[in-house]
Amino acid sequence: MNFSLKNILNLTKDPHLVKKLINQIKGILSGVERSLKIMEFCGGHTHSLLKFGLDEALKPEIEFLHGPGCPVCVLSLERLNLALKIADEKEVIFTTYGDLMRVPNSEGISLLSLRAKGRDIRMISNAMESLNIAKENPEKLVIFFAIGFETTTPQTAFLIERARAEKINNLKVISNHMLTPAVLDFLLSKNGVYMDGIIGPGHVSAVIGARAYEEVAHKFNLPMVISGFEPIDILLAVKLLVEKILKKERGVFIAYERAVTYQGNLKAKELINKVFKVRESFSWRGLGEVPFSGFSIKEEYENWDGEKFFEIPKTEEYSRGCLCGIILQGKAKPKDCKLFGKICTPGTPIGPCMVSSEGACLAYFKYKGPLS
Amino acid sequence: MCLAYPYQIVEITGPFTAKATVEGVTKEIYISLIGEPLKPGDWVLVHVGFAIQKIDEKSALETLKSYHEFFPEEHP
Repeated sequence: MNFSLKNILNLTKDPHLVKKLINQIKGILSGVERSLKIMEFCGGHTHSLLKFGLDEALKPEIEFLHGPGCPVCVLSLERLNLALKIADEKEVIFTTYGDLMRVPNSEGISLLSLRAKGRDIRMISNAMESLNIAKENPEKLVIFFAIGFETTTPQTAFLIERARAEKINNLKVISNHMLTPAVLDFLLSKNGVYMDGIIGPGHVSAVIGARAYEEVAHKFNLPMVISGFEPIDILLAVKLLVEKILKKERGVFIAYERAVTYQGNLKAKELINKVFKVRESFSWRGLGEVPFSGFSIKEEYENWDGEKFFEIPKTEEYSRGCLCGIILQGKAKPKDCKLFGKICTPGTPIGPCMVSSEGACLAYFKYKGPLS
Repeated sequence: MCLAYPYQIVEITGPFTAKATVEGVTKEIYISLIGEPLKPGDWVLVHVGFAIQKIDEKSALETLKSYHEFFPEEHP
């Protein structure tokens, strides 16, 4: 057999290996009387688990709690209203990543509905597109509404650096970048949801390094295994995590060695620290204010900081019966929500958990159906 | 938004950019977040248009070999 990287990537989906690993995990847990509760932090993992039926296959030995790792889902309503307010300005070209486009606010207004009204709102798949748009439209104000965890933060830092180097002053960035270790700490200390272990985010860890979670894993006496996103990656991570849980070993372990190291991507982290600083507090949907959990742009770059130019609108949290804020804490499942699959569907989403490609409700609807 | 895909570098096209390909799709990516020099043939993990990590082929191969040892009868 030829051990090339292409083979590896194909093999990470191999159904025979999936079955063998599931049987191995069930074998390891055969003497354990209760279900182990494992939180997968990342919404990408939630989607993989449901897409490949791994959550069902590992029942009843393991119950998965779906975590808050969906940047669009956890964006607070006031921040969403800020996006809508800016995007509604006539002289603005508004850019953001696609997932945010269809999220409605309390009045049912979304970026997509503003675009239908004629506003210049552009979905981008690379932060640098915003710089090109700013260069091509010098008479317009280009606002990049930057969203994402540490995985997307260095790209925004690079964009701001280039805007400064090339003296592109009609580009401003609204930073909604969030820190995952801080919210995990908050969830574990304030939330009251019991878990035996955590499947840690693969691509955030590729940037910040597995070590970034050591403090929280030790503080709460939990094992955490960093996982990739293919079925075999996840099962190898679950197997390692289950072994650590049973041996009562604590700390952070990597089951995604091809992409993740303990120290992470030093150059990307350096760039983040050059352009951003950690806010004292940042508001999350469902969780409220979480200390030290957001990145703002440093004073040296304030000419590109959109928050210096726009005020955040006062917003009352109003959920229209949507449980997204509770689901993303692992406290409820999509089926617990009265709206799920009835008035809230991917075509008519009420909350962000049904919109985002990392949202738990969308995963349940897509892979288990509206009555899941 | 945390989805990232492996791409193989085809050509370095500028100080910050490279042409990269996967399964027949070729696109321009930014390589400015990678601290070590990249060359054609290297694999990188790409997230929203930027390489965020070089894929460590050696440890990926070790993982593959460990599957192979686990389940030798499946993959002769």
